[in-house]
Amino acid sequence: MAKTTSKTAVSDDNLMARALREGFYAALVALGLFILFVGLKTDQNILNELILVQRWGLLAVFVAIAAVGRFLTVAYIRPFLARQKVTDVVTGLLPDSVATRFFRMPALIVAAVIAVILMFAGETIGAAVPAALAPWVTMIRAFAIIYVLAFGFFYFRAYISAHFNMLALIALLIYPPLMVYLFGFQGSLKYVDNFGIQILIYVMLAWGLNIVVGLAGLLDLGYVAFYAVGAYSYALLSSYFGLSFWILLPMAGILAGFWGIILGFPVLRLKGDYLAIVTLAFGEIIRLVLINWTAVTKGTFGISGIAKASVFGIWSFDLAAPNNFAKVFELPMSSAYYKIFLFYLALALCMLTALVTVRLRRMPIGRAWEALREDEIACRSLGINTVTTKLTAFATGAMFGGFAGSFFAVRQGFVSPESFVFLESAIILAIVVLGGMGSLVGIAVAATVMIGGTELLREMTILKQVFGPEFTPELYRMLIFGLAMIVVMVWKPRGFVGSREPTAFLRERKSVSGSFTKEGHG
Amino acid sequence: MSDTLLHVQNVETYYGNIRALAGVDVEVRKGEIVCMIGANGAGKSTLMMTVCGSPQARTGSVIFDGQDITRMPTHEIARLRIAQSPEGRRIFPRMTVYENLQMGASLDNLKYFNEDVDKIFTLFPRLKERQSQRGGTLSGGEQQMLSIGRALMARPKLLLLDEPSLGLAPLIVKGIFAAIKKLNQEEGLTVFLVEQNAFAALKLSDRGYVMVNGKVTMSGSGKELLANPEVRAAYLEGGHH
Repeated sequence: MAKTTSKTAVSDDNLMARALREGFYAALVALGLFILFVGLKTDQNILNELILVQRWGLLAVFVAIAAVGRFLTVAYIRPFLARQKVTDVVTGLLPDSVATRFFRMPALIVAAVIAVILMFAGETIGAAVPAALAPWVTMIRAFAIIYVLAFGFFYFRAYISAHFNMLALIALLIYPPLMVYLFGFQGSLKYVDNFGIQILIYVMLAWGLNIVVGLAGLLDLGYVAFYAVGAYSYALLSSYFGLSFWILLPMAGILAGFWGIILGFPVLRLKGDYLAIVTLAFGEIIRLVLINWTAVTKGTFGISGIAKASVFGIWSFDLAAPNNFAKVFELPMSSAYYKIFLFYLALALCMLTALVTVRLRRMPIGRAWEALREDEIACRSLGINTVTTKLTAFATGAMFGGFAGSFFAVRQGFVSPESFVFLESAIILAIVVLGGMGSLVGIAVAATVMIGGTELLREMTILKQVFGPEFTPELYRMLIFGLAMIVVMVWKPRGFVGSREPTAFLRERKSVSGSFTKEGHG
Repeated sequence: MSDTLLHVQNVETYYGNIRALAGVDVEVRKGEIVCMIGANGAGKSTLMMTVCGSPQARTGSVIFDGQDITRMPTHEIARLRIAQSPEGRRIFPRMTVYENLQMGASLDNLKYFNEDVDKIFTLFPRLKERQSQRGGTLSGGEQQMLSIGRALMARPKLLLLDEPSLGLAPLIVKGIFAAIKKLNQEEGLTVFLVEQNAFAALKLSDRGYVMVNGKVTMSGSGKELLANPEVRAAYLEGGHH
């Protein structure tokens, strides 16, 4: 890509004119796109009448972002990227990469100083400046901390990518104590529960779906059904028969797996789009049954007051119980212990899912799944029974969905059909696709980015400063989700980790060439 | 007739209402190489697939090693050690060469795997060079070798080859056919192949059949058919070689 001709700026005036023009066009397009979406909003007034709310300010911000973004892209970013590919005439070297320029030692020192000052004196500074500026102080602190952390990641990037799995596991293990240390028991709740547990549940679900979609290649749009089966198995059996979490966790998995087989039988002959539609319908059927079978499931009211899990029956987290965890250890009462316990429980379940997936991939059944994804006819001609292969894939995937479901029920203490809508299936599938089908690490990263990202959006009070106090960032999370999908699919069309790791080697591991061949073509 | 391995008797196969095979009789004896030649759409591949049970024959019967396999599901037929290198090769593109071979040994659960894989690598040294490369990145000839190699991993009694020469350069075809001949002579492997490349196929085979519009119109030893003026006119002259 290196060109030795150094292009003297074609004509700066020309470039500026073009950038301005394109910025203007971008503004026009944005105006056209958003005038009805953002500029106008229907609302109900106090008399319950439908009224039109006009939001021209917000619309102006959207249009301005589009125009300025386009202008900067054309005028500065593109010429910059082009210069990055031109070698220096004197030294014959390419310019430093963006990352090495961005992570310089002086900048690190400045960022570290700002971070330290704001971490210790942030409160006083926040109180001293006008109220409107306070969120900005928080934001500067956040950016400084992120920069310092990112610098560390960048500096040790080779080591990190070589030992990613181990480092990630260690980070997850020390995550709850770290949060408790940083924010106290009450403050850690948000990070351990909303970020930690929530992400881990999605990782578990996505890894379960990965067996069906990623390994066996069966497109399942109704995966949330098994999640629902697991959650309701736990909720119902616990509230009707008083069974404990540790009995119901495997039972929920088995029941969900059983439903996986029930779904599997009628769809054995289907594949691709047809399979997707039938599984989609299956997911909706389960949800509608849950809504309408009010005698058992209490319909849309859901089931509340689900019993909490205990530490193998030794310590309970029920406030009334004599063996309450906090009482036994004479700690102050807090719900944080339970959340931290659930975090480690979720982590253990995730590790179990990963372990089973990795082991199965090396076993005949796992190899048969992958072969099935590649070519069904070839599978049959090699003596593989495709019927049992598909059914085991459905059952195994569903079983992990069931585990995740029962865990979800025990975490929420409440289940209702609203948690199991099609959108959930779509999100789980999106995580699997974004992560790279079949890759456990990629999927875990995708789950962290997508679920953590949407949670983070709730925290971004700074956005209210930009878009006005009416702006609720979490309403835009699907927009961000979609945007992220487009970006990933354009840059890395096969997901974060798009190459498949082979399961067998002759005598020694070798790097595998041709990772990026088009899928399904010889 | 005791040495008959595969006996296709008066088989008719339909795709919906369309009759693809109109009463075909084929016999393959142990240790033979038998070929079926014919033009595009004559029903050659359909015959091969019918032997494998997908689609199944509507009338007539397929007997393998004294056992009626007409109504058996495909994977059970494969378990009787009928291995197939299907039309279009159908290797697993995202799996490595080594893993593809592993899939071929599914029947014995890798019991003879190391021994057999060495044998295949001696037969097709190219595959050894490419063993950790993804199947989809191989050239057409290498894919064909892999497809045959994968079929051989099942330790077959009968090897079915569907157009092994399709889309390959003549030199590579020669190499592949030489490998088939070698297997047949050294290990007594029985081979039934379907080919459009009539000249090469007939030269390789002990016996041959000619198929036209779903019917076998001619049969005889490879040499006889090669010398037959009708066969020459229809399949050899003006076409290949």
